[in-house]
Formats: sequence, C-alpha cells, structure tokens
Amino acid sequence: MNRKIRVLMAKAGLDGHDRGAKVIARVFRDAGMEVIYTGLHQTPEEIVRAAVQEDVDVVALSMLSGAHLSVCRQVLDGLRAAGAGDMTVILGGTVLPEEVGELKALGVAEVFPPGSPIDAGVRFLTSRYSEAT
Amino acid sequence: MSDMEKIKAETGRWARERDTDSLPEALDELGRPVKVVYTPADTAHIDYLERIGLPGEYPFTRGVYPGMYRVRPWAMRLYSGFGTAEDTNRRWKYLLEQGNNGVACAFDLPTQLGLDSDDPLARDEVGRLGVSIDSLADMEVLYDGLPLDRLISSFNINAPAAVILAMYVAVGAKRGLPAEKLGGTLSNDMLCEYVSRGMWAFAVPAALRLTTDVVEFCTRRMPRFYPFNIRGIIMREAGASMVHEAGFAFANASAYIQAALDRGLAVDEFAGRISFFFSTGTQIFEEAARYRAARRLWARMMKERFGAKKPGSMLFRFTGTVGGSFYQAREPENNLIRGAYGLLANILGGAQGMLHPAWDEPFAIPTEESARLALRTQQICAFETGVTKTADPLGGSYWVETMTDELEARIVEVIEDVEGRGGAVRAIEAGYMQRRIADDAYRRALEEHEGRRPVVGVNCFAETESNPERHMNFHRHDPDMYDRQLERLNRVRGRRDEGRVAQNLARLQAEARGTENLMPCLIEAVESYATLGEIMTALKQVFGPYREPVVI
Repeated sequence: MNRKIRVLMAKAGLDGHDRGAKVIARVFRDAGMEVIYTGLHQTPEEIVRAAVQEDVDVVALSMLSGAHLSVCRQVLDGLRAAGAGDMTVILGGTVLPEEVGELKALGVAEVFPPGSPIDAGVRFLTSRYSEAT
Repeated sequence: MSDMEKIKAETGRWARERDTDSLPEALDELGRPVKVVYTPADTAHIDYLERIGLPGEYPFTRGVYPGMYRVRPWAMRLYSGFGTAEDTNRRWKYLLEQGNNGVACAFDLPTQLGLDSDDPLARDEVGRLGVSIDSLADMEVLYDGLPLDRLISSFNINAPAAVILAMYVAVGAKRGLPAEKLGGTLSNDMLCEYVSRGMWAFAVPAALRLTTDVVEFCTRRMPRFYPFNIRGIIMREAGASMVHEAGFAFANASAYIQAALDRGLAVDEFAGRISFFFSTGTQIFEEAARYRAARRLWARMMKERFGAKKPGSMLFRFTGTVGGSFYQAREPENNLIRGAYGLLANILGGAQGMLHPAWDEPFAIPTEESARLALRTQQICAFETGVTKTADPLGGSYWVETMTDELEARIVEVIEDVEGRGGAVRAIEAGYMQRRIADDAYRRALEEHEGRRPVVGVNCFAETESNPERHMNFHRHDPDMYDRQLERLNRVRGRRDEGRVAQNLARLQAEARGTENLMPCLIEAVESYATLGEIMTALKQVFGPYREPVVI
C-alpha cells in the first residue's frame, strides 16, 4: 500500500473512557498512519458516516462499557449497507476471552482485549496491508 | 563543628569510600534521581512546627484529625451497583453484612448522562456498569430496607447529581425523614467529566451553576451531607500523573469555591464539607508523600487564598483508592497484591475513606466474591497489620519529608499554570488539561511497553509459551434486566399525574432561565415522578449542549 493507512478511531456508545483510544491513536500516528479521532459518545450511524466521509481504511472501535457485541454488529451492518464493507474493523476494550470468536464471526477483523501490548494493532494492520499489496 | 556539619561531612566520606556514585540510578515519580540515602541534613532546613506540626492542627501535614485511625479505621465503602435497583439493593445488603461502612452507588452510563432507559442511545448500556435509575420509583427500591437515618450514602455521579440528590431527599421524605437527617456524599464534580470520562450533559457554565445550587442547598438544609467530592481520580485514571491529578483537582475545586463565594455563601459555611477522591498508585512512598503535601497545600490555599477561619474549612479530607488502571489483565490474580500495596500507600497517606477495586476490574465489574475480597483486603490491613496504631508513621522520614516538599512545589506549579490560563473552566474549554493528561497517559504507556517501568507478569517475569487457562468467573450482565427496567419505567409513566409532571417541568425550565436555586424545584419534579431523562432534557433545552474539544 503506497499511501498511508487511514484510521478512524471511534468511541462508540455512552462510555467516555478514552485513555486507551487516545494512546492507541498516538501509537498509530507514530507508526506513520493517518488518524482521525471521533471524540466521545458516537452512535453506530455516526461512526459509519464518518468512516465513509473520511474514506478510511480502518475503523478502530474502542469500548469499555461491555456493549461491544451490539455496537460492532451495527457498525459492520452499516458499513456494508453504505458500500464500505471492505473496511477493516478492529476492536479494543474490555472484551471477555470467550466473546472474541463471536466478534470475529460478525466480521471484526481483530480484537484487542485487556492486556494487549500497545503495538499489537500496528503490527496487525501493517501486516494486513502489506499482504494486500 | 555542629552536629549537622558532622553529618554532612560523614555522608560525604561515606559516599566517597562506598563509591555510591557508581550505584544504579533510581528515579522518583517526578522523573528525578533519588539519592541513595537521605539524612537529617536533607531536612534540617524544615521548620517542624510551621511545616509539619501535629495531626489535627494547621498545616495538617500529619493528618486531618488528632486521633487518626486510633478512633476508628477509615471508612470502607466499596463502589457497587449493577442491573436494576433490586439487584443492587441485594448486593448492598450483602456487603453491609460483611462490614462495608455505608454504600457507594455506581450508576450505569445512561443514568450518569441523564438518559432514561428507553432512550435509543441507552439501549445497550442499561444496568451494565452500574444501577439503572430512571425515576424516584427506582430510588425507593434501591434503598428499600436500609436505614436512611444512619446509613452513609455516597453517590458517584456528576452531571445529574442535583437530580439524584433530589430523589434521595424525596425517598427520605416518604419515610418521614427530613433532608436534615440524611448523611452522605455527592460527587457533584462536573468539571472532571469535561476533562476525562465524558459524563457531561450541559455547557460548562450551566454545570457549575447546578453544582453551586447543590452546595448552597446542602449548606442551608443538609448539615450531614457532603455536597461535593472533588475527583482527582477521574483524571488520574485517564492517565494524569500524580502531580497533574492533584494540581488539576485543586484548580477545579478552586473554581467551585469561587462559584459558591460568588453566590454569597461564606467560605466557613461550606468549606468544612469539601472532600476529595484521589487515585493511588503502587509507588508507596511517593503516594504517601503526595497526600501529606496535598494536606499542607490545601490548608494554606483555604486559609490564605479563600480566607477560611475555621480549621475545619482547611482540611484535605480524602477517599483514596488504588486506581483500577494500575491493575493488569494478564495474570489478574496479581491485582490482589497490587491492591494491597496501594491500600497501604493510602493509609500511610492518611486517607479517611477507601473504595478499593476488586482484582477482576480489568475485565468486568466485581462479582460478590471479588467484592468481598476487596473488603477483606482493607479489613486485614486495618485490623491485623498495626498500621493504625500511630498517626502519620512516615512523618520525619528524611526522604518522605523531602518528597513532601518537592511534590507540594510541583503541585503549586500546576495550579499556577491553570490559573495563568484563566482558571479551570477556561483551561478545560480550551482542552488544556485534556492534552496534558493525554501526554501523561502516552508517556506511561510507552514506559510500560518499553519495559522502563516494570509490570510483573506483563513486561517482566511474564508467563511464556501458552499461558495457563484460567477459569475465572466474571460478573455477567443479565440481559433480561432491560425488560424489567422498562416495565417499571412504563408503570411509573402510566400511573403518574401527567398534568402535574408537565407543570413541574415547565416551572423547572422557567427557573433554570433565572438564577433561583433549582433544588426545591427538582425535588418537586422527582416527587411527581418526572423521570431523570425528562428532567435532564428540560434542563438541556435551557442550558445548551457542550461541544467537546476533540484532543488526541
């Protein structure tokens, strides 16, 4: 991939804990990606709209409230409906180990549960996008 | 040669002969080198009576009360709430039976934002991270069977704090207890929500007005109630350094105090019921020193800047708790040990109360079992270890006294920096505190990632190969509770007098446009079973929304 990977860092739902989202946004940026941060309290529809408008490659969802299954489903459905089903959706936050399989079955490309190293997302995305070229 | 000169000379000789310069470097939490040893020469310049003094007396460095834990240990109050009011009421009764001192309510996100459970935005979040409160009917169930005249209730809620207080007063009234008899603490710290965590509802000036309404109401009517509990912890958990936590919290507190003074309250009328809630890390001595520094600095601010006369107005009373962000998801059972050390730092720092997070916090809110362990950790510390025997046991330590002075100076710099930017409100609206905290968070994340800050089981001594499977029982959200919650909300809406609700909401809006204290109006509104969401919507229409300065 020649151009920089464009990432929408999105805080979905009512949860306002954005320490992780902000740290990872900076890690992505330091790794040479372009990062757009939505700010807090975004609905799935708003996230889909922003992703399409900004024409991003990756939607990185950060959620610590436990409502991730429902939100991921809505974001993925929304992206597909908007013709953006090829965007990579990743999720970081308080995901329980046994939920990872279900999230991936929905179409989440990778899940970063608590305890993931801060460069895990960069490693995942760079390998995914270098394979793609 | 004086004794002090002899000590200095001896220390110089010792350092040369023992070649202490060649020892590995150690840095304190301010990032500066720590000496190999501290001696009386490091503290010789400190005027003991003026700077350190005795517990319960100005400048309160050694503690806010003369007897400290000799009288009784700190208040142990676990932060607890989930599901419906019934679910939480059951958990609270269990914890009270186990020795919890009072209840500290955790509200779910919709409640913290002032949304009813049937709001489309609330759909997935009802009852997940705390208890769901839509109306007075939920509050009645929440406190069912609990002795409101003796119970200490603390409410961890900010944007809708005034409405929740109105509901608590209304529950008391229904049981024949006037507001005067109710005891507890309301966090009511709106500013911290704009800095971190985002549980805001209105433009900042309106939030400050509501905070002040609560302070004024409690000052006049609720002598047993602490109307605000300033939350450094919200900022620390978002990544703020220990110095930024204290400095920003004091800057925010100053804004509230100024607002109350502008309202016409006298400082000694309300300052005796200001309290703080700080997060504590596992760097035991720096944390303890910081609390000592905070006590001395706060006392001086209250006396010199705000003109407090009563000693009770100068006290930095605090709940300290090991921040959940210091816990780790890998080998999570280790969090029990991290928690115990952080708890010790709180006690050596002289905390008045403690919540204490359960070991499974990185994954979920606590189970009954993990909550009990969090309480037992405190009880073992209080009753088995002897740390409660004497006040401020680290007082006089050459290093701790040195750190206390240094931390105080650094916290002062942060406060002056914020004041130089026009005070807390302007600094927050400009995203200044938010940016500083994001910087701190990133720095710490890199320190841990690069192994410069050891985290056992994570970046050192980590299990290799395949981690052993752990069978952990986490708290499970009960999806059926959503229907139960909606059922009660609909029942409330079906039975109430709609005319009275509409009238109360219209009056609330009219008064919100003016300058009257909104508390009496809010109490009437909740008594007519207007819901939290309806009340907050009515206020939002008058106060206008908040536009977040998006900061990475």
